[in-house]
Amino acid sequence: MNEQKVIEVNGLVKKFGSFVANDNLTFDVHKGEIFGFLGANGAGKTTAIRILCGLSRPTSGRVIVAGIDAAHRPEEIKKRIGYMSQRFSLYEDLTVSENIELYGGIYGMRMKEIRSRTPELLSRLSFTAYADTLIRSLPLGLRQKLAFAVAVFHGPGIVFLDEPTSGVDPVTRRRFWEMIYETAGNGITVFVTTHYMDEAEYCDRVTIMNEGRIVALDTPAALRQKYGTASVEELFVKITRPKQETE
Amino acid sequence: MKRFMAFVRKEFLHIFRDYRTLIILFGLPAAQILIFGYAVRTDLTNAPIAVLDNARDEVSSELILKLEASEFFTLTHNIKTYSEIDEIFKKGRTRAVIIFPEELGARLKREGNATVGIITDGSEPNTANLVAGYTTAILNEWSASLTAGTTQSMPLINTEVKMYFNPNLESQFMFVPGVITLILILVSALMTSVTIVREKEFGTMEVLLVSPLKPWQIITGKVAPYFFLSLVNVVIILIMAWVVFGLPVRGSVALLMAETMLYILLGLAIGIFVSASVQKMENAIFVSFLALMLPSLLLSGFIFPIENMPKGYDWVSLFLPPRWFVDIIRLIMIKGAGFSFVWKETVILAVMTVFFIFLSARKFKIRLGEGGR
Amino acid sequence: MRKLLFLLKKEFRQIRRNPFLARAIILVPLLQMLLLVPAITFEMKRVDLAVTDNDFTPASRELIAKLTGSSFFRVSDTPRSYNEAEELLFSGDADIVLIIPEGFSSDFHGVNRPQLQVLVDAVNATNAQLSWSYLTSVVRDYNRDVIVSRGNAPSSLPGITASPRFWYNPALNYKYYMLPGVLVILITAIGLLMAGLNLVREKEIGTIEQINVTPVMKWQLIASKVIPFFIIGLIDLALGLTVGWIAFDIPFEGSLLLFFGCAAIFLVAVLGLALFFSTMASTQQQFLFIAFFFVMIFILMSGIFTPSESMPRWAQQFNYVNPVAYLMRINRMVMLKGSEFSDIAGDMGALTLLAVSFIALAITAYRKRA
Repeated sequence: MNEQKVIEVNGLVKKFGSFVANDNLTFDVHKGEIFGFLGANGAGKTTAIRILCGLSRPTSGRVIVAGIDAAHRPEEIKKRIGYMSQRFSLYEDLTVSENIELYGGIYGMRMKEIRSRTPELLSRLSFTAYADTLIRSLPLGLRQKLAFAVAVFHGPGIVFLDEPTSGVDPVTRRRFWEMIYETAGNGITVFVTTHYMDEAEYCDRVTIMNEGRIVALDTPAALRQKYGTASVEELFVKITRPKQETE
Repeated sequence: MKRFMAFVRKEFLHIFRDYRTLIILFGLPAAQILIFGYAVRTDLTNAPIAVLDNARDEVSSELILKLEASEFFTLTHNIKTYSEIDEIFKKGRTRAVIIFPEELGARLKREGNATVGIITDGSEPNTANLVAGYTTAILNEWSASLTAGTTQSMPLINTEVKMYFNPNLESQFMFVPGVITLILILVSALMTSVTIVREKEFGTMEVLLVSPLKPWQIITGKVAPYFFLSLVNVVIILIMAWVVFGLPVRGSVALLMAETMLYILLGLAIGIFVSASVQKMENAIFVSFLALMLPSLLLSGFIFPIENMPKGYDWVSLFLPPRWFVDIIRLIMIKGAGFSFVWKETVILAVMTVFFIFLSARKFKIRLGEGGR
Repeated sequence: MRKLLFLLKKEFRQIRRNPFLARAIILVPLLQMLLLVPAITFEMKRVDLAVTDNDFTPASRELIAKLTGSSFFRVSDTPRSYNEAEELLFSGDADIVLIIPEGFSSDFHGVNRPQLQVLVDAVNATNAQLSWSYLTSVVRDYNRDVIVSRGNAPSSLPGITASPRFWYNPALNYKYYMLPGVLVILITAIGLLMAGLNLVREKEIGTIEQINVTPVMKWQLIASKVIPFFIIGLIDLALGLTVGWIAFDIPFEGSLLLFFGCAAIFLVAVLGLALFFSTMASTQQQFLFIAFFFVMIFILMSGIFTPSESMPRWAQQFNYVNPVAYLMRINRMVMLKGSEFSDIAGDMGALTLLAVSFIALAITAYRKRA
């Protein structure tokens, strides 16, 4: 694994009025890393990701993504990353190839390049037979596979996955993670959020957010040892207990 | 029952929280009443006309004054040559040109008769007709005054006229029933279909179906608010018509409201039927708009009398619910007619309602039987 | 620019795949033209006249014959009493009732003036007035015939006779008047309602989230949603025009270029409005309500049924910002009278100004939201 930093976050603060959604976050992500981003709902995960993707600007702090300053040129970030959202990555009323073409084009690929690379992509996914199938006719597992492939089609350095495996059976999930390993192995950094705690174990490093702050950041093994738990799930429950309970 | 009421309450709140729904529910009828009452005029006021005076004598001056003085016309141009007519028509500034021939007065004295030309812009036929008609009337009046009191005046037949239902000849009377019909179809059919299809499209319908509520309770719960809102709407329109125009309900208010409720039911049934047949919201909107709104507006006799339409249309309008309802409202509101005059139309509406309820029930049964999609 | 092309490709594919939409684009103009245009008319075809003859003389029968002979009236009933006559008005079986009293004929020779009684159903005031004036003119003709036949007066009425002529539409064919009007409604529906619904749809379904993450710029997204309907609007206009020409033989006196040019400006104005309204709605239903409210008002006020000069001043002032009013006027003038650029320059300029203003308004609102 490369030590080169592709994401640098230092003292990130995001306020909405007086409400502090992200409170002084600091972390780095390295090239080719599979970085897991965990947290309870409302912990500030989504807010942070939006800033990293160039969708919103930090209130203060330093955020560098793929070499671009998120506070000043968020639009540039979008060109260098890939993104797979939970539900809406693909257009249901377009075919597999039409979706590939659309996203390739949006990310600046020329028609010629798209045409030459699409067959290769299709065969790698074993999708060649589905080239002209409408997304609406594909089962969820295949859709997710395709959505991920489309997210990295244009060759970004970082890809953000927002709960990519929700709703599918464990076998399909396992196979999806194999794709993630392969991608990371090719030098693409994978930034993934998930609610499945077992998936946290698959990441190189994991960070846990609670009430706007980072309360844990390390490899799964190190964290388990530090908190004396058998799984990441256990330690998650331990350290994200709501404030009231501990008082 | 309690669950049902809670469901209905939720639907109500949903509607009231959204200012846009309120705009349509209350703003639109108010706007329409005002527009139809004050802005849209089928008669003539201040129509711009021009004059080509080749006579330039006493007679023509007198006639021009008379035309100017009338409230129907506004004199805009005094043109000099015939060729200018096409020009000013093309500019759209004038509706008609009155042409006074040379030596008008002299000819009149000599032969007792003369012709004045009226050239109207036929691209607006209604106006053209009215302009021609009113001009002719003014000229006739002037001619009659010539012979009044002389031996040449003939024993004129005296025709006494009584205008029924609308002695002041106001145009609001014709429109208000139509406005009511239109708003009701909009609210009860369009809104209902969209709100149900929305649940279908977002998959929340399945959630409802799994709940302890029975299917008929779900549907009824969804449409109940619109039923009440439609009723409220009608009452508001009636009050507005009364306050703004002095338009009364001459017949029985109870009968009117009963018929209204029947029509609302019909609208709801149609809305439900549409929602059962369509998968996407925009399609529901589309169908409701095209198949319900436009015909309601244009083919129901609301603005354009059905008798004026070409042959096949009165036949087609028989199948349009709005056509019957407009009749009913007019009969009750304006003519003060009782049930004996509207029973035929009422029965027809009732039959249509039952028909659509039956169709919707069947469609929903099939859908739900398939596991609800 | 290239991104826009990819987006446009996607939009057109989606439109094609939506069976409803695809069919609608072709059917709607067709149906509207064929069904609505003939229906919308103020022209009165036939009035139901009921006659009560209490005189039973040759004179009264002659009068009735004259009425029966007119193409305007259809003698539908002969009620035997005043009450019966009134009932006919109530039920709508008669629009107008003529009652000839006993002694009608003898009054012609006597001292008193002959009397006639007319009852009119005045719910539709304009129709009532027209029927009434038509009836009186028939009566006046009859009166004159009687006088002439007794040799009492010159064969022509003293005074002025009016001779009306109707230019551009000699037969006063209402279809000529309504077709341009229906065409305007058509492109308003497409340019405002359909385009706007499409804009909001992606917001509502959520796919816009995904687009937001991509390097697609906001203006490109909006353009991709709006351009297809601009094109479709113009196509449908051409389609409607063709149907009108084939089915109704509508004249087209003016320049096609001018006609489509103005329609294009109008479409821009209306698309700007669609965009503006879309910022006020997060669901398609919400959008529909807002848009429909304004569309209704614009159309009703535009002078589609009746000329805008007849409207009160406040209404005419409102129409300064009503794009539909402008296009309505322009369409009719160019199509039926062959008005040229110099004739409609004022209206065209105002419409352009509106288009620019609406777009600016939309952009401002959009920026604020984002």
